[in-house]
Amino acid sequence: MKIGLFIPCYINALYPEVGQASYRLLTALGLDVDYPLEQTCCGQPMANAGFEHDAKPLAERMEHLFEQYDYVVGPSASCVAFVRESYPGLLEHQGEKPCIGERTYEICEFLHDVVRPTTLPARFPHKVSIHNSCHGVRKLGLSSPSELNVPYMSKLRDLLEKVEGIEIFEPTRRDECCGFGGMFAAEENAVSIRMGRDKIRDHLSTGAEYITGADSSCLMHLQGIIDHDRLPIKTLHIVQILASNL
Amino acid sequence: MSTHSKAAAQFVADAARTTWHDGALWAVRAKRDRMAQSVPEWEALRSAASEIKRHTLSHLGHYLTTFERQATANGIQVHWAVDADEMNRIVGELVARHGGRHLIKSKSMLSEECGLTPYLEARGIEAVESDLGERIMQLMHRPPSHIVLPAIAVKREEVGTLFEREWHTEPGNSDPTYLTHAARKNLRTKFLGADIAMTGVNFAIAEAGAFAVCTNEGNADLGTSFPDLHIAIMGLEKVIPDYRALGVFTRLLARSATGQPVTTYTSLYRKPAPGKQIHVIIVDNGRTETLADTAHRNMLKCLRCGACMNTCPVYRRSGGYSYSYFIPGPLGINLGMLRSPASYHGNVSACSLCYSCSAVCPARIDLGEQIYAWRQEMDLSGHADKYKKFAAKSIQFALSDPERFRSAVIAGRLAQRLPHGLLNNRFNPWYGSGREMPRFAPRTFRELWQAGEIRAAFPSAPASAPGENGPTAPQNHPTNK
Repeated sequence: MKIGLFIPCYINALYPEVGQASYRLLTALGLDVDYPLEQTCCGQPMANAGFEHDAKPLAERMEHLFEQYDYVVGPSASCVAFVRESYPGLLEHQGEKPCIGERTYEICEFLHDVVRPTTLPARFPHKVSIHNSCHGVRKLGLSSPSELNVPYMSKLRDLLEKVEGIEIFEPTRRDECCGFGGMFAAEENAVSIRMGRDKIRDHLSTGAEYITGADSSCLMHLQGIIDHDRLPIKTLHIVQILASNL
Repeated sequence: MSTHSKAAAQFVADAARTTWHDGALWAVRAKRDRMAQSVPEWEALRSAASEIKRHTLSHLGHYLTTFERQATANGIQVHWAVDADEMNRIVGELVARHGGRHLIKSKSMLSEECGLTPYLEARGIEAVESDLGERIMQLMHRPPSHIVLPAIAVKREEVGTLFEREWHTEPGNSDPTYLTHAARKNLRTKFLGADIAMTGVNFAIAEAGAFAVCTNEGNADLGTSFPDLHIAIMGLEKVIPDYRALGVFTRLLARSATGQPVTTYTSLYRKPAPGKQIHVIIVDNGRTETLADTAHRNMLKCLRCGACMNTCPVYRRSGGYSYSYFIPGPLGINLGMLRSPASYHGNVSACSLCYSCSAVCPARIDLGEQIYAWRQEMDLSGHADKYKKFAAKSIQFALSDPERFRSAVIAGRLAQRLPHGLLNNRFNPWYGSGREMPRFAPRTFRELWQAGEIRAAFPSAPASAPGENGPTAPQNHPTNK
């Protein structure tokens, strides 16, 4: 089983430690992990702003670079959701072979659904509040959406429960949007920042020391507000917790 | 900056009011959640509603003519209006023929859509809103800011002041019970003095030739009790096949709208009482074009419950008036674009693509996905923001190959060395009212990988694949050129 590590553009430039933790975690679980060097961006930023056709060359590039891998695994739910949901439309001319989207996984769902480890080599003696990001919840099904009448389920919680010493919390409005939303964050910055402030307050009220989730983009937005307001909480990508002993 | 973005910034500037508005609407969403959780077959009901609507819309001609035939057989007079002008003209003619100057209305979004009240007022007909929230807005000379909770943005103190001005209630008294009594006293005279009753239609039942009107205040029932003429207006998507279908929708409507098990009054109008008349006007006003639009025809499934507004994190924090279309929130973004992209594209930015609206919708309308689709269509129709387009093109250019990406990161690192205030200020849309820029890492993941450090720092790679993962073979990757 060959895994191609999909490191989205902003994780590459801003949060290489998230990529590193992903590599370590997958490797420690005995998987064959590789990083196709020429990858750049999946195209989601343009598409969400209304320029999906600009994402087409990037989609073609992604498909080519990851052609030989059994699984494409990335530490960013919204990028994975975009690849899975929009690539079939963007790449329709390549109809004969299965679309890259079909074998692309967000790292938590990959661990939870495919690798299914019984234990994780992780210890994190801290209080964490789970950040259920919109595309992770409502597009990938990482947890049960609060709007639906379905039994509670959270793949992030299931994985975090395997971490030694951790205490897990969730905000009251457990999957309300934090206000990042790509270009939305700049174009509607007043509402975006207000949403972020409200979200952080909700996380803070749990008593957690860390906000953790499967999307560094949400966390980047929240951390910007935390830094500005000097709030007593930090953001940390979930793989950094799951790989905390590596 | 879109029209919504500018208006929303003003709304958000009043932090306390934003907190209150968000909290009031979240409470409705929370009530709706408790109701939805109390019905074990909730998700199946939503699917049934969506499928019934799809079926009906696929056989719309059949069901509308069945409704017309059955209603006519019951003694109801049915009219067809191709657009707002024709609907208003028909109402005007019915009123003129009947005589009378006092029309009592229950809530109807279609009447707002068609500008019926101003049309009647210009002809000397008084049209009084009988729903309390709508009445408050009418007295304030402001449009509703929510389709189900029209006065949700008005505080009770403001209602107190309004009633004091209008009806000389006790100065400073904003007790809800007191104010409701005052409104009731005033509205009673309007109910008793009305010559004509007007209602909307929640559901038109084809097989029975009957229609259902749902209210919480009984105002439609009281309003239609006295006058000899009842005019009901309906968009042509309001037709459903039969009473069994009605059972599905009435279970969903109030639970989704306000978190009640059912609307307090769900009244069926089937035939006029002796000596009285009921007229139903079936209105198209662009709906046929929507039906032909494969990307957006799902909007015709809407029950007008408002759940998408209550759940929308942007609506809750920007208020109904920040949208330029008369219906706000995810529903209004979509309906505005169906009405006129040139007039209403300024609302399309009001969405973080969280998709909560799609998950909450009782008819499973893909509201969020359709907003995403509108963004794509705006570029094709020339309504895309030119700065945003430039930004997207620039990002695409910078990200289309690793070398350009590297240059962009270097430029970003240099920019970060500028003094803090030069970068983090209100002219930077990221910074806005206080959000620090993220810092570039000293080295990118790619640089660390190329230097062999990702793997070198972690020598416990499995023995099964030493060539691929070993620290000594950084150039061994098949895609390395």
